[in-house]
Amino acid sequence: MSSTTIRSLPSARTRTGRSRRVQAVSLLGPLTMLAGLLWAIAQPYRITLLHPHGQGFWWLVVEPPLLVVAAGIAFALVVARPLLADLEELER
Amino acid sequence: MEPPAEMVHWMFATGLLLLGLCLLSEAIVGPEVWRARRWRAYLWPGLAFTMGVLMWPVMAFFTNSAIHMYAHGSWAEVLMLAGGAELGLVHGRLKSRWWRLTTPLAFAVTGTAFIVHEQNAWFFQRSAFLHHLLGWTFLGAAIVPLALVFRPRSTVLQSAFALTFVVVATMLYCDRDLAPVFGHLSPLAGVPHR
Repeated sequence: MSSTTIRSLPSARTRTGRSRRVQAVSLLGPLTMLAGLLWAIAQPYRITLLHPHGQGFWWLVVEPPLLVVAAGIAFALVVARPLLADLEELER
Repeated sequence: MEPPAEMVHWMFATGLLLLGLCLLSEAIVGPEVWRARRWRAYLWPGLAFTMGVLMWPVMAFFTNSAIHMYAHGSWAEVLMLAGGAELGLVHGRLKSRWWRLTTPLAFAVTGTAFIVHEQNAWFFQRSAFLHHLLGWTFLGAAIVPLALVFRPRSTVLQSAFALTFVVVATMLYCDRDLAPVFGHLSPLAGVPHR
């Protein structure tokens, strides 16, 4: 009985390590989006879309807090999602 | 129709942020899982190479002085060299681990170029401060990719390498063409526009 317990310990530890990695990777995108959102709330004047009149093309397109949110979304959808699928497949 | 210089900094900050996130997730999951899909292995070296290519139009269209041209040109070269070397290593065309020395070289050249091409003092205005800070950050952080050449599987070093890009991206996002820094703004700099 004790030998079974000893044998099962490393796999349980590995599973915990993997689930921690899953959590860490799945948090990267949302945390980035949250950082962009908090920045937008802290400095609303950096969001030109809130006061678009008289603004040129670039000022309407390039807005740093929105770029951070976009980077978070792109990472979460393009990189993190397939990476999590691979990690979870490994866990099974 | 060119964007203001500060916006170019923000766009490169976005590229560096994505680069940092990719590297951080690779450090978390390990190279085996990261390379489970072939395209992912090429992702960050390809991003670095692309940013090197995009640095050429920056050099051509944002040449305020000869020193700016040399700085942006040297960044384009070393970014393409480091990204290209990493692409070659991932693909298997390059075998020697010494090719990884191109990354600390890129950091050292970038840091030096940042410091050399900023001709104003630290507290002249925000962009001057950030250029000095970015330069010294790159020079100091060059030790991380250098250490990674010798200990490529170190999670601590991989995470430090990734976080360097996130920190640099944050600094670039803070850049403005004309703004005070910690309450300092030289009267010679002009009037802040926003």
